[in-house]
Amino acid sequence: MASGSEALTSGEYIQHHLQNLTFGQHADGSWGIAHGAAEAAEMGFWAFHVDTLAWSLILGFSFYIMFRRIAKQANSGVPTRFQAMIESIVEFVDTSVKESFHGTSRLIAPLALTLFVWIFFMNLMDLIPVDVLPFVATSAGIPYQKVVPTTDVNATMGMAIAVFILIIFYSIRSKGVKGFLAELVFNPLNPQQLGMPKVVWPFVMAFNFLLEIVSLLAKPVSLGLRLFGNMYAGELIFILIALIFTAGSGFVGAGLSSLFGEHIPAWFWILATATVFTTLWMNMKGALDNKKTLWLLLAELFLIGGLAFVGGQLMHFGWAVFHILIITLQAFIFMMLSIVYLSMAQTHH
Amino acid sequence: MNMNATLILQMIAMLVFVWFCMKFIWPPLLKATDERRAKIADGLAASDRAEKALADANQEVEEQIKVARDKAHEIVEQANQRHSQILDQAKDDAVGERQRQVAAGEAEITQSANQAREELRATVASLAVLGARQILEKEVDEDAHRELLDKLIAEI
Repeated sequence: MASGSEALTSGEYIQHHLQNLTFGQHADGSWGIAHGAAEAAEMGFWAFHVDTLAWSLILGFSFYIMFRRIAKQANSGVPTRFQAMIESIVEFVDTSVKESFHGTSRLIAPLALTLFVWIFFMNLMDLIPVDVLPFVATSAGIPYQKVVPTTDVNATMGMAIAVFILIIFYSIRSKGVKGFLAELVFNPLNPQQLGMPKVVWPFVMAFNFLLEIVSLLAKPVSLGLRLFGNMYAGELIFILIALIFTAGSGFVGAGLSSLFGEHIPAWFWILATATVFTTLWMNMKGALDNKKTLWLLLAELFLIGGLAFVGGQLMHFGWAVFHILIITLQAFIFMMLSIVYLSMAQTHH
Repeated sequence: MNMNATLILQMIAMLVFVWFCMKFIWPPLLKATDERRAKIADGLAASDRAEKALADANQEVEEQIKVARDKAHEIVEQANQRHSQILDQAKDDAVGERQRQVAAGEAEITQSANQAREELRATVASLAVLGARQILEKEVDEDAHRELLDKLIAEI
């Protein structure tokens, strides 16, 4: 059910899901949207992933509007539930910053809050069923749509490099340019303290510089690539699970294919979805107890797509539950590492 | 999957969002929570103080009740004493009155007896004279026999 009418192989299906909507200069010099991975690669560095940027901005502004609304009405009186939730997040970030960042800075806490909530929102897009938004986009004539910005290495490395710039800025601010450079060459082996002859100093300093540059560059890489890797892998597993149940080859599922031919008509899927939603709705309204709802859901899923479909749904659900932990944890780790790196940057070794 | 200028735009977007957060979100939210924290701390301190004041007041009330109870006890004691005093006095008064009445009665009785005796004495004297006159069939000179008569009367 990837993109309706065209029949895709599994490989094409996965590739389609992993391709960003790229805007850049075509080989013939005109600007436009790339069709396919090869064309996107040809565009070189000066191309943009429109979907990544759009979703980042949408989610960033969601964060901004959500928190700004509360910030405007915030007072010391009795908070509303939503305000209490927002404030508990702020409090949580504030505590983390106070525990990990040694020094005073007006920037660190807001930075941490922005990173945490924004990355959490971007990761959260992963929990929307993998086919929904690409399907909508394809229907609207947009060929590619990758809705989770954190599965794009550009987004994660972009944020990591921004943090890296701040790390260098904080280092220079607290130690001066000279101090910053001295730290690079006089650590971890300090030839002065070790009482080495002047002749070997350049070699020791070069060795130190090599080590320190690696540890410095490891910071943005550990930030950006770790987040990217986790989210990319998670997304890929969702896609694979989706593939499994698209195959839909249980004995009733096979019956469906023989009933409708190669393409199961759209009304069938709409009807199926509506049935499932009605069941859940009735459960929420109290018309069905939980046990009956579960059996009914299983029966409906089985009727819709057979055993493989039921298995796919269960796997999807299981992975989604596990993924809730991952997305929160990854957002938290990105925030904590940024705080720790910035704290390290402004303390003297 | 390739690295491209998205990187730069994402970087800029992030810095702008961080700036937004630093400028418009963080300060008011933190101010509100800090103020609420101060308020709650004040409230807790006030409730502590009130609790202490209540305990003090309770103690004072207890003391006052104790004092009042002592006082009441004392008053009852005094009243009891006064009661017995009044009773004793009334008893004394009654006894005195009785004695007085008895004395008055006795005096009256004595007086009446004396009077009766005087009357009797006079009557007896005249009877004696009358009797003697009858016996002697002659006039008795009362004055001549006064001494004899008085002797007789005294003997009666």
